[in-house]
Amino acid sequence: MYKRPPLEGEVRIPSGCAISAVISKDGNRFCGEGIIKSMIPMHDRSNGLGGGFAAYGIYPDYKEFYAFHIFYNDNSDRIQCENFLKDGFEIVKAENIPIKKIPEITNVPLIWRYFVAPLSSVLARLQIDEKEYIARTVMRINTQIGGAYVFSSGKNMGVFKAVGFPEDVGRFYRLDEYAGYMWTAHGRYPTNTPGWWGGAHPFALLDYSIVHNGEISSYDANRRYIEMFGYKCTLQTDTEVITYIADYLLRKQGLTLEETASVIAAPFWSTIDKKPEKEKKVYEFLRTVYPSLLITGPFSIILGFEGGLMALNDRLKLRSMVCAEKDNMVYIASEEAAIRAIAPNVSQVYSPAGGEPIIVKVKEGKF
Amino acid sequence: MGISYIYPEFEVVRNTARCIGCRVCEKQCANGVHLFDPELGCMTADDAKCVDCQRCVALCPTRALKIIKNDCTFRENANWQADTIKEIYKQAESGGVLLSSMGNPKPLPVYWDKILINASQVTNPPIDPLREPMETRVFLGKKPSTIERKADGSLKTELAPQLELSMPVMFSAMSYGSISYNAHESLARAAKELGIYYNTGEGGLHEDFYCYGENTVVQIASGRFGVHEEYLSTGAAIEIKMGQGAKPGIGGHLPGTKIVGDVSRTRMIPEGSDAISPAPHHDIYSIEDLRQLVFSLKEATNYKKPIIVKVAAVHNIAAIASGIARSGADIIAIDGFRGGTGAAPTRIRDSVGIPIELALAAVDQRLRDEGIRNNVSLIAGGSIRSASDIVKAIALGADACYIATSALIALGCHLCRTCQTGKCNWGIATQRPELVKRLNPDIGSERLVNLLTAWRHEIMELMGGMGINSIEALRGNRLMLRGINLTEKELEILGISHAGE
Repeated sequence: MYKRPPLEGEVRIPSGCAISAVISKDGNRFCGEGIIKSMIPMHDRSNGLGGGFAAYGIYPDYKEFYAFHIFYNDNSDRIQCENFLKDGFEIVKAENIPIKKIPEITNVPLIWRYFVAPLSSVLARLQIDEKEYIARTVMRINTQIGGAYVFSSGKNMGVFKAVGFPEDVGRFYRLDEYAGYMWTAHGRYPTNTPGWWGGAHPFALLDYSIVHNGEISSYDANRRYIEMFGYKCTLQTDTEVITYIADYLLRKQGLTLEETASVIAAPFWSTIDKKPEKEKKVYEFLRTVYPSLLITGPFSIILGFEGGLMALNDRLKLRSMVCAEKDNMVYIASEEAAIRAIAPNVSQVYSPAGGEPIIVKVKEGKF
Repeated sequence: MGISYIYPEFEVVRNTARCIGCRVCEKQCANGVHLFDPELGCMTADDAKCVDCQRCVALCPTRALKIIKNDCTFRENANWQADTIKEIYKQAESGGVLLSSMGNPKPLPVYWDKILINASQVTNPPIDPLREPMETRVFLGKKPSTIERKADGSLKTELAPQLELSMPVMFSAMSYGSISYNAHESLARAAKELGIYYNTGEGGLHEDFYCYGENTVVQIASGRFGVHEEYLSTGAAIEIKMGQGAKPGIGGHLPGTKIVGDVSRTRMIPEGSDAISPAPHHDIYSIEDLRQLVFSLKEATNYKKPIIVKVAAVHNIAAIASGIARSGADIIAIDGFRGGTGAAPTRIRDSVGIPIELALAAVDQRLRDEGIRNNVSLIAGGSIRSASDIVKAIALGADACYIATSALIALGCHLCRTCQTGKCNWGIATQRPELVKRLNPDIGSERLVNLLTAWRHEIMELMGGMGINSIEALRGNRLMLRGINLTEKELEILGISHAGE
């Protein structure tokens, strides 16, 4: 009998990667061509088993609505999922995500996009806020409707990903036709080959998206902790758990970005002990309260959110990551070559220290 | 001799060619095994009194002595083994309950030995603890479920009381009385030097040791021996002992012969009286009563001390721990069935309770399933024998480990398992002054510091190999463990995969 190969989430797959990001601090919107170009020099950091992009500010006409991007295996999954959505949401638009058929991208699933708003009656009955309801809906579809997978669920942003090299994935989704104020990208080098589209990155929940390069050694400690709070790690990937950690600390716990960075890439005790009393107290507090959300092992991540991003390396800086800025545009990538590919004249490319968060925000009111 | 005669278990072998008749063995043996026979002009031995504590062997200047297992045997029988037959003889003779000391010696599964640890290769770099920071600091205590901010937006950093440990190990409870003054002093001084804690057990705190209060956990057991206000306020934490792995369901029993001088004063009971602590706390017949004691102790100490509740690992441990986690306790200590004791009924020690590995895994998972793992820290004890046992316990979900038997071995214990006689030749489980002085606290504390320093290095090596540079990232990280020779059910309870998966 035919036994299908295991899907992402049924086995744990370590992977190496390439990441890149571009953001306009002025909130100027630009097309996806540049970010695709930046991934080309890093071709060898991926192996064709996953590429993807997150784009912010691309749906200005629907910015009040949550944009769900969903993969389906077939139409029956779609009908089941849509029936489920109709119970809790007003769906203002449902459509196929436009693609270009290219030979490099094969085994294409159904790829749909919905602009939705949760029904206020449902929120009132459940006594939870809108975002919590969206998060729960995503968890529910992804764990309970086989064959349906929500891979993007924020407002005025979207994730586009597939099995393939990132530059091909970008062309496949026609990203040159979208305009956003911030783009992040990911090329994947998994050490196993389940080849499932949902397993490509970025990984996103609400407007948080993560691209990540590395293999974290704290994975199961992080996973078993975060699953106490309603998250279900269905993919068994580092990126997934990091996204949930970011969502938990930023949205549910109300930490600032800096505080979040000093939880997941906490300063060493030897560093904390030398800080002035007031600062020391805060660091000590955060490490004592969230010890299980410390992430160890190599990682460089770019966390995207509405209006900005945070780039962060593990505290030993075991993965490369460089930044540059020119004309109010900020570039972050695994390699300098990626930045030079789209901004050849940036004057200074610098390497943030391990555990040092690089936070870039679009000016207030400009996104 | 008669029908109940039991041939000596051990044989004292003396190499007469080496023996110089210095009589050190005779002086060292509190059991009176060795005697000098002036007529024959040589040493003799009464094998029947020997407990195989190896004291004479270790001190014989010419290495003339060895103790071997006697080969005089009953007719072999897989069902009726020699120990079983001998125990029946003893009970037929005395009509008494069999007593034993130290942990369960039966060949039951040791799960630590069936769990293997991961290491990084290629996709993730190992970290070298000689070149990179490697953190083992741990805080035990309740963690808040949400944060609060002041009006200016800064974080409120006040926390429920926490115990800070330089490494995830503490010395487990051993009372003054069951072990000697010098043993206690060794533990207290080592705990202070190491930045960890030792535990008074239920015998109270000797007045000389109040100066180690910052590194002391004071225990309250069902007998309430030695408990008073100053005792409570001196300790860094208070432990309510509900049970002990070696003897779940029963209280302690220290014979009157050990209740002498300072021991009597520290316990606040008359000299020579047996110190018998009841099986239950008579003010705790259920979980809501425990909550009252927890809060009474918190009230008495102004909410400044974390409260540890120590329980024996029994069948329903996950549900029990879940109840304790909601009782206001800050820390739960679980003691597995292989944990040591100064004296316990043999049948209870050898057949009541469950292994700590399974209990710990079940409790950690249950508390997570119920979303209350943050309410408490978990300490696992009951035969933690090495740095790798500690690493495995942390990865299964413990915040820290209790060790006691290994600490006593560091002090010289040779596991002869006759603590209940009070004639410990190594000066540990005795109150006889001439024996107690054999344990020098300067040397004892140094050996304990050495042991844990060595273990800390080993923990760091193992963590570094896994690419983990802080103990927090190891806690509950079960992906770092694999089982070997375990059934599906055992793997399921441990929450780990089999090697090769």
